[in-house]
Amino acid sequence: MCSGGGGRARIVVAFPQGLVPGSGTGPWSQPGSGRRKWSVPGLEGSQPHMTVQSHQVKDTAVERLSGGDMLIRALQDSGVDYIFGYPGGAALHIYDAIFKQQRVQHILVRHEQAATHMADGYARATGRPGVALVTSGPGATNAITGIATAFMDSIPMIVISGQVSNELIGTDSFQETDMVGISRPVVKHSFMIKDASEIPSVVRKAFYIATTGRPGPVVIDVPKDTTDPAVLFDYVYPETVKMRSYSPATRGHSGQIRKAVDLLLTAKRPVIYAGGGVIQGEACEVLTELTRYLEFPITNTLMGLGCYPATDPLFLGMLGMHGTYEANMAMHHSDVILAVGARFDDRVTNDPSKFCPNARIVHIDVDPATISKIIPAEVPIVGPAQPVLQDMLAALRERIGADPELLDRSAHQHWRQQIAGWRRQHGLDHKMMERAVPGASIKPQAVVQCLYQVTGGEAFVTSDVGQHQMFAAQYYHFDAPRRWINSGGLGTMGFGLPSAMGVKFAFPDAVVACVTGEGSIQMNIQELSTCTQYGLPVKVINLNNQALGMVKQWQDMQYGGRHSSSTYQDSLPDFVRLVESYGHVGIRITDPADLEAAMREVFSDKLRDRLVFLDVSVDPDEHVYPMAIKGGSMCDMFLSRTEQS
Amino acid sequence: MRRIISVLLENEAGALSRVVGLFAQRNYNIETLTVAPTEDVTLSRLTLTTLGDDRKIEQITKHLNKLIEVIKVVDLTEGEHIERELMLVKVKAVGAQRAEVKRTADIFRAQVVDVTGSAYTVQVTGTSGKLDAFIRAIGELSILEVVRSGVSGLSRGEKVVSL
Repeated sequence: MCSGGGGRARIVVAFPQGLVPGSGTGPWSQPGSGRRKWSVPGLEGSQPHMTVQSHQVKDTAVERLSGGDMLIRALQDSGVDYIFGYPGGAALHIYDAIFKQQRVQHILVRHEQAATHMADGYARATGRPGVALVTSGPGATNAITGIATAFMDSIPMIVISGQVSNELIGTDSFQETDMVGISRPVVKHSFMIKDASEIPSVVRKAFYIATTGRPGPVVIDVPKDTTDPAVLFDYVYPETVKMRSYSPATRGHSGQIRKAVDLLLTAKRPVIYAGGGVIQGEACEVLTELTRYLEFPITNTLMGLGCYPATDPLFLGMLGMHGTYEANMAMHHSDVILAVGARFDDRVTNDPSKFCPNARIVHIDVDPATISKIIPAEVPIVGPAQPVLQDMLAALRERIGADPELLDRSAHQHWRQQIAGWRRQHGLDHKMMERAVPGASIKPQAVVQCLYQVTGGEAFVTSDVGQHQMFAAQYYHFDAPRRWINSGGLGTMGFGLPSAMGVKFAFPDAVVACVTGEGSIQMNIQELSTCTQYGLPVKVINLNNQALGMVKQWQDMQYGGRHSSSTYQDSLPDFVRLVESYGHVGIRITDPADLEAAMREVFSDKLRDRLVFLDVSVDPDEHVYPMAIKGGSMCDMFLSRTEQS
Repeated sequence: MRRIISVLLENEAGALSRVVGLFAQRNYNIETLTVAPTEDVTLSRLTLTTLGDDRKIEQITKHLNKLIEVIKVVDLTEGEHIERELMLVKVKAVGAQRAEVKRTADIFRAQVVDVTGSAYTVQVTGTSGKLDAFIRAIGELSILEVVRSGVSGLSRGEKVVSL
């Protein structure tokens, strides 16, 4: 952004399709925590395979590096392969350091917000921290939305911001802004480099903090003088991190786990309520094992989708404001809830005072502040989901193995039948695509169903925010974690395209689709140009209802149909010609009869290496249902325009 | 209910702003706040008083603990504790008032630490309640200026908050 007199370097880097990024291990994970294997189930064919070398080489002479070079070297030594960023005056020493090396590739975005979302998408898909680099002032402030997005969803991210030189700080100098101050409420932690010699240890700490405990974004603000190429320092990347004031929980309390097991064994109508923490905590496998062992019904939050296979019969779908009827009914009527890595968000609970009146709650979370914040937990367990669930499963096996009668299987059977009844009664209609009438308007749900069928449920799906996001969450069935990538907590429009790009950089061979709307896509549409530069063949599915659909829905339901500023009065661009001007492929459809063929075209081998933008004209009057009735309990829902639960 | 929360934190630039920012961000209230380095200059000890029910105080202590630079958090009001606040009061002292102010100061075991022809500066230490009582006793009309340090405190007995 606005390079301060330094001029913008045009960095063109060819991006070979075969290049697979990623490191097998992240050296920033603490020794003793085990070498973490980064894997995305089902994607073994495109496993990241980079290795990290320099920190393993010992006994070599200490190198003398400038602050800028140390910063980039420390990123290399932290296992970074991509930096998403935008240069400018205060960051130019750092950019020069990037130019002089090959191991970290810089991706030039078109807006800093997009850089942070790309880093975020990369992190959500891989589990490894994403890295963004921006300049001071407007570069830093543009990054804030992306940092807040990552913060709300607990995504590990490192944001490096250039800062004016130390002697200028506080003088209102050109492109100066207090980045540490502005970002403070939306970071897990932040650092300001005071002396260049701190750079390696600060980078090491930043990665450690971002990736441990409840993950989150960490900002490193780097004044220009600390990256001066003329001043050299001994470069030593710290092998370990020691912070007396930071020690995240590594296991759950065994007494609490015992209590939780006792409670689970009393359950007649149990529900497992699993959120994004299960994915962040790499606990999907053990959760699936535990769920199947107990045969408890399970629901996922918006952030948790994919942590349990959506096509499994025990899966109830998403819960909450736009959750399925059966998931919300099961929650409300349950007697025991096992909450894992979920935070009882207001979009889940509806009115907390009416929340699940008969439920006794076990709450597992790595962040103690999340437990009993909204809904008091009877058995709180502070710890990472994976070891806690492992210990819990072992204890359950021991107890039930010794006495199978402990589990009331017949009550559970009855409970599952009751839930199946709810599903039959008001479950989602998964046949809207098949039932579409040629010549009628295309239902947005049918587009997602078609996407699901054509991609075989295997795609990475990113979304923006609004009706299309909820349709994608409801109708695309995620059987594996890290495939569903959306801004859940902050609800950031403009997230979908750049996050899809971040995923595509991480997994160039994977199918990556961005489900978006004509409102959201225009909030970061400039990144189509970045896609051209790096040859990124993401697929954009635009559910174009010519209105800010979710806003309009609320206005229909709560404001007497007064559509205040939720439509564009024919000002929308011709998306096909727009994407073509960037060098991409655009397809527009308006008839349900063309839907499947068009979708197949988008994902065809012929267009494999092209960005394809499918602009689908969908029914402008469609609402998302179910929808929670404000101020009610979880079982109070609108089921259609005319029905209530 | 009024609580005294005592925090041990890294003596680093920006650490205090994170504590204060947390209270603003989450709509918690700070009544008083005092902070200074300890005998170990790498550490600061911060004491603040706030109002809230048990649930709010639990959230406050949990969120304070989450701050990376915070090492320990203790709610002193959970147990027996000692609290002190220091106050300097500049009081009009002319004619008969001079003796009256001096007498009141003596009753509160306060000290007159500066004198002019028309004013006394009185130093009072004690609990916040005692300081309030002194202000009432002197009477608002004769008070020219008040400065209070905010509450500091320690638990009674052998319990300590340290690394």
